[in-house]
Amino acid sequence: MTETTASRAAALGLPDTGPPRFDSVDDVRARLADVGYLSDESIAGVVHLADRLAKPILVEGPAGTGKTQLAKSVAEITGSRLIRLQCYEGLDESKALYEWNYRKQLLRIQAGQVSGEGLALAADEAPGSSWKALEEDIFSADFLLTRPLLEAISADEPVVLLVDEVDRVELETEALLLEVLSEYQVSIPELGTVRATRLPMVFLTSNNTRELSEALKRRCLYLHIDYPDLEREREIVRTRVPGITDELADQVARIVRSLRTLELRKAPSVSETLDWARTLVILGMDSIDAASARDTLHILLKYQTDIERASKELLTAGS
Amino acid sequence: MLDLLSGFVTELRDAGLPVSLTEHLDAAEAIHYIPLEDRTALKYALAATLVKSSDHWRAFETAFEVYFAHRTLTEAGEEGEEGADGELRESAASGSGDRPGRPGMSGAGASDSMCAEELAALLYRSLLIGDQGLTSVVARQAVNRYAGMEPGRPVGGTYYLYRTLRNLDLEGVLARLLEEARNEAVGGGGLTPLEERLIADEYQARIDKLRQSIESEIRRRLVEDRGAEALAKSVRKPLPEDLDVMHASRDDLAALQRALHPLSRKLAVRLTRKRRKGRKGALDFRATVRRSLSTGGVPVEPRFRHPRPAKPEIMVIADISGSVASFARFTLHLVYAISSQFSKVRAFVFVDGLDEVTRFFEGVDDPALAVHRINTEADVIWIDGHSDYGHALRVFNERYGDSVTSRTSVLLLGDARNNYHASEAWVLGELQRQARHVYWLNPEPRDYWGSGDSIVDEYAVHCDQVVEVRTLRQLERFVGELT
Repeated sequence: MTETTASRAAALGLPDTGPPRFDSVDDVRARLADVGYLSDESIAGVVHLADRLAKPILVEGPAGTGKTQLAKSVAEITGSRLIRLQCYEGLDESKALYEWNYRKQLLRIQAGQVSGEGLALAADEAPGSSWKALEEDIFSADFLLTRPLLEAISADEPVVLLVDEVDRVELETEALLLEVLSEYQVSIPELGTVRATRLPMVFLTSNNTRELSEALKRRCLYLHIDYPDLEREREIVRTRVPGITDELADQVARIVRSLRTLELRKAPSVSETLDWARTLVILGMDSIDAASARDTLHILLKYQTDIERASKELLTAGS
Repeated sequence: MLDLLSGFVTELRDAGLPVSLTEHLDAAEAIHYIPLEDRTALKYALAATLVKSSDHWRAFETAFEVYFAHRTLTEAGEEGEEGADGELRESAASGSGDRPGRPGMSGAGASDSMCAEELAALLYRSLLIGDQGLTSVVARQAVNRYAGMEPGRPVGGTYYLYRTLRNLDLEGVLARLLEEARNEAVGGGGLTPLEERLIADEYQARIDKLRQSIESEIRRRLVEDRGAEALAKSVRKPLPEDLDVMHASRDDLAALQRALHPLSRKLAVRLTRKRRKGRKGALDFRATVRRSLSTGGVPVEPRFRHPRPAKPEIMVIADISGSVASFARFTLHLVYAISSQFSKVRAFVFVDGLDEVTRFFEGVDDPALAVHRINTEADVIWIDGHSDYGHALRVFNERYGDSVTSRTSVLLLGDARNNYHASEAWVLGELQRQARHVYWLNPEPRDYWGSGDSIVDEYAVHCDQVVEVRTLRQLERFVGELT
């Protein structure tokens, strides 16, 4: 099985990238747990597959369920550098792929005019060839500003590329990603094609504000991260909040689960759960009663109507 | 194995999931890298490669459960599973008293092994301690005893599920569990409302788990009986956007509600972009000449005025009587979610009386909340609470007829089942003369139109268009074209 990543790399025309990053699904789980990220079957399974198939992972799910954190944690356990491309409306290729450093190019040309004329005459060259040399010079890698995508491709060390909130870019801009995602290469007209020397692990996250194009989805493995179940959430609270008692962690997880069954405008996310648990620990509580829950509910819920509703449903008798 | 996978992909496509050839190939490659006997791993590997939207998960899961219910990738895996089953049952049985364990009986038509009281006691126990193994034993026994499954009978699993659940009386058990919890806590000063709620939710979650395992148990046996391909057809779950709104079950409605929110958001984003990037306006002569000065008076680059497409005014008149209530709810929700696309939206609801409900939407961010209030607070009953389109239309014309202008689009929502009241279709004719467009959205299948007390044909002559809107997909398409 170890030859898999390598064979995929060969199919793409890449140099051998060495052994796979993970031995098995359990290996992924265990190592993620070591850095404090509690995964489940599906998360670990997809990460493992992505490594084997050398495919990007498209992560979707409600806000605050650890999509971005997953990429960071994977970077940490594989000892890779994390390169992050934050998407927004209006992102274009000069921000995502590369840009020519035209100031530097201009300087080079001017410098050539000052000192170069004498040189050209001295060498007795035709003016045309000096121009050609100049052109080749200013469109070389020295004058290229690499942006995250190109940087991830051309890096020598192992990298994890995170394309955050990919649903924010326009449909047309998505196309920029396609070449990178499927072929792990970037074409620059003046320079030629830059190929990856090592396959980066790629994560794309989306909050599902619009349907992503079929072309993009097809190239990725799909992972939906939902709110964790009770046991996993309890474990998350226990690992991420130092000094919390088991009893409090259990209560926190159970209250949050109950809150999520209510029809709220914004259900509490995992990160909000953690904030809440930390607050309770700082306040020195060992267990939650109705009064303390009501006082700190605004950390979990961000809309006044939600808070009112939750305290009515959960904390008042006769609900 | 590859044949099996191909069959599964075909099944997914039949269920409406868009699975492309590359995705199929990816799945074929992916299954090389997972341990063959691990069903969960197989499931996630297939999901990651074949299913690219969380809305499709439910359909995928059902198809997977059916298709791979009895077939694992290797025979060894299957035996391992069965063996573990027998063990579990034995340990559970011995753990719960002096009942003799009876391994080795499973499959449809096995005789019952526990009497009703024993089963009830075991059920109670399994919910009390929330043990996964015990729960699956209970599910198995319950299906044995109550589902009354007959081989070869062509009914869907829902029927068996219903029979089993009715006999288990889960609500009664829940009440007893809560009672027990309360009694236990009496010594410590009783339960606070918060604790009580948490305990109730915990038991509810356990009951849901039991339900799921009963469901999968029934499915497993049906597959045994009829084979995966045949069953897959009958239990196929439609995608949320293809669910028939009028005949949706409670679970379906919840799925619809979840699907509606992202749908309306996406629609709003798409329409905004469409508007922004839409067709260019008329030539701006002045700006073109001005610009041509920089090219020596040659108009190289013509300038255009910014387009200002007129935003239509919308009046929604919705029947919210029982039969079509959920349809009206979804439509109102969707229309309001994209209300920024219209210059003005007014909403009216009726049963046999009519009430304007625009006020419920004002200053509320969440249309769902407003829709909920409409159902409880709007004043729509005139005489007997049976739909009376004629009366509702007349009232609308009297009270609000003047505000229908040539910029207004009127949307009527309903099945036009008038309970044999007068149709008063002429009112609609009046409205059509004043309004820009009159649309009628009918949630009934087109074939039923005009049958029984449906008088949609009488109204249709006064409408610009009568549209069949039974699913979210159709609704989305219609609303998208409206702007």
